[in-house]
Amino acid sequence: MTATITPYRPPQQAGRAGFVQLLHAEWTKFRTLRGWVIAVVIAAAAIAVVGVLLPHSGQSHCGSRSGAACLALLATGPGGEAVNDSYYLAAQPLAGDGSLVSSGNGGFAGPGSPPPGTLIPGLVPWAKAGIIITGSTRPGSAYAAMTVTGSHGVRMQYDYTSDIAGLPGSVSAASPRWLRLTRSGDVVTGYDSADGRGWTEVGVARLAWLAGTVRAGMFATSPLNFTPNFPTYAEPGGSLSASLATGAFDDVHLRGGAPGGRWAGQHVGTIGANYDGPRIGLRQAGGQFTVTGSGDIGPVVAAGTNSIFITGTLADHLFGVFIGLLIMIVVAAMFITMEYRRGLIRTTLAASPRRGRLLAAKAVVIGLATFVLGSAAAAVAVIAGSRIAHDSGIYILASGWPIEARVILGTGAMLAVASVLALSIAAMLRRSVAAVAAVVVVIVLPYILGVSGVLPASASEWVLRVTPAAGFAVEQSVPQYQQVVGHYGPPDYYPLAPWSGFAVLCVYAAVALGLAAWLLRRRDA
Amino acid sequence: MTIARHRLPRPAGPARAGPTRAGLPGALRAEWTKLRTEPGTAWILAAIFVLTVAVGAATAAATRCGAGTGCAIDPTKVSLTGIEVGQAVVAVLAVLVISGEYSTGMIAVTFTAMPRRWTVLAAKAVTLTGLVLAAAVVAVAGSLAAGRLILTGNGITAAQGFAVVSLAHGPTVRAAVGSVLYLALVGLLSLGIATIVRDSAAATGTVLGVLYVPPVIALFLGSEPAWQRWIERYTPVNAGLAILNTTGLRHLAISPWAGLGVLAGWAAAGLLAAGLLLRLRDA
Repeated sequence: MTATITPYRPPQQAGRAGFVQLLHAEWTKFRTLRGWVIAVVIAAAAIAVVGVLLPHSGQSHCGSRSGAACLALLATGPGGEAVNDSYYLAAQPLAGDGSLVSSGNGGFAGPGSPPPGTLIPGLVPWAKAGIIITGSTRPGSAYAAMTVTGSHGVRMQYDYTSDIAGLPGSVSAASPRWLRLTRSGDVVTGYDSADGRGWTEVGVARLAWLAGTVRAGMFATSPLNFTPNFPTYAEPGGSLSASLATGAFDDVHLRGGAPGGRWAGQHVGTIGANYDGPRIGLRQAGGQFTVTGSGDIGPVVAAGTNSIFITGTLADHLFGVFIGLLIMIVVAAMFITMEYRRGLIRTTLAASPRRGRLLAAKAVVIGLATFVLGSAAAAVAVIAGSRIAHDSGIYILASGWPIEARVILGTGAMLAVASVLALSIAAMLRRSVAAVAAVVVVIVLPYILGVSGVLPASASEWVLRVTPAAGFAVEQSVPQYQQVVGHYGPPDYYPLAPWSGFAVLCVYAAVALGLAAWLLRRRDA
Repeated sequence: MTIARHRLPRPAGPARAGPTRAGLPGALRAEWTKLRTEPGTAWILAAIFVLTVAVGAATAAATRCGAGTGCAIDPTKVSLTGIEVGQAVVAVLAVLVISGEYSTGMIAVTFTAMPRRWTVLAAKAVTLTGLVLAAAVVAVAGSLAAGRLILTGNGITAAQGFAVVSLAHGPTVRAAVGSVLYLALVGLLSLGIATIVRDSAAATGTVLGVLYVPPVIALFLGSEPAWQRWIERYTPVNAGLAILNTTGLRHLAISPWAGLGVLAGWAAAGLLAAGLLLRLRDA
């Protein structure tokens, strides 16, 4: 006869082994160590205080006014972005539908010999001359243009941010181009041709607010030329010089305009003209028109070389983040190495033998804590910081709540993922000093090397693409524009798009977390 | 009957050697033994060399300068870029020298054997400095050799008007000697901070923060030139690394040797505070 023995089962077994209890245990460990709590609060305070106090102590001055009053002078484009809109225009009114064709040369006559010191000789890469249809001569109005550029061939540009390449090849007197813009209601289509007979459609622009009588004609403009002093990546010193562009047009036809209309020249926009001398203007000789202008039509970029305004981005206020990150990843590393040092890990593993879940619980606790604190600190820095900047007349590019929310939450998420990466590295290394040193060298040091200009520009870009420091890209709030020459470097611009950079950091964290879980299972405590 | 009195041999060992062991030489020997037998030390010394030379060589490889572009390259400084990374490893070694003892409880034994705390600190400082100097000499020499080779290959030569890495070039020698001293001083500063902080992880974080935070703050303080200049003149790393420059010395915020002096001042202050705290606090 056999007796069945029922093994003893503790009554609360199921509940105690649950993930929620594990989270609770890890949270208790985290919040009851006063040093860690103080450290993460200091980290958050560093992000907030540095972001509010340090950047932009200067004030804008514009004529007799200063501070926020200056911002009223800044033109904004149809999309609400800050724009430069300064060029020489020779136009006729166009009441209804019509088309504008420039034939023959359509390109540049060289700028001649400039007065020494004021102008750079030759053409800058994004000097522009061509034909334009614009809603009005008020800066910031909707427009579409077909233009020949200094060294980027023929482009169709419209509403400041859009830029489409035309037929390939450069333009010269030997290989002229024909340009055409056709307006139908609020739709403008751009065409490019090498011979005036076969036309290639370059792009179609639907321009909001382009209704009623518009202006159509020839234009020329040329942005400031920026020469950096040093081949470094961040915060270069450099010199700005004015430039001129002259467009020579063999013949320009406006179909749909008033009969017998004449081309009337005027300079559009007062702010942003960089050369204001007698060479600007419209000239006519033997049926050929030349239009000479200086300025720029395009978005203002934070690279800061094409606007007279002091501009900034939300990222300027997040420069305390790397200090906060340094502290948070040290705490995250200690969150696990401390258990090994004190022998607590044996108690922990006895209470919860499933090691993967233990690591997951630690990751959730440290990730959530750094996300909440980091987001809150970034919110203070971004919102208060940009308000203070606005009051001093500093224009924060691309503000608005969706972008602010993305930058704030993205920064919190970046801190959280970096903390999980630090936790994973520490779980692999187990010893405090090695773990802290490793996480600092892996996460913070690449950022410092990438932004500090210690490395040449190409190496800096590479570092900010492939190391965990790529995650800082999430702080970017403004896009880069290929049609605007600028210094696209940190803290405003990174080589990767915001979420791509964040994804690089996530890949590192995921791989490290997986490795750490595997090692934790395989090794003895 | 007489009982023969046997003369017991006097106990040999520590008690006999008493007076000679108590001084600095004994403490030095003890510290050297501890550091030598620590399994991590050799790896750390190797890491100082490898990281410094590798980062310097990679930077040199990425440095290009087209003819006639007039770019300002300081070949010696480019070759020694690895110092920025190597100093982190030096800091780790310094932290281990003292915090390692606190985390294992060894410090109680150390102070029992040698109750004079200033002597212990001095012995640790001397031992650490010796090791760091040895590693730094090799690392700096390796970096300069690699930099010279790679930069010349990239067309950055004397014929192009650059001050090539050469031992016949006074500023290069100054930068080489200075950067060896720089690493030693970083080690001493780190030892001081770690002795004050005691906990190994917190000490590592603090030391690396002291090394790396001020340079980045200075970088983004473009709108506050006065503060920026202050940081460049008076913080340990910014001032100390002025020693790497061989060209454009007139544009530096602080002259090379004065900058190294500022770092030495910080290291001395750190060690002084550490010694006082060692005396005042319980282990």
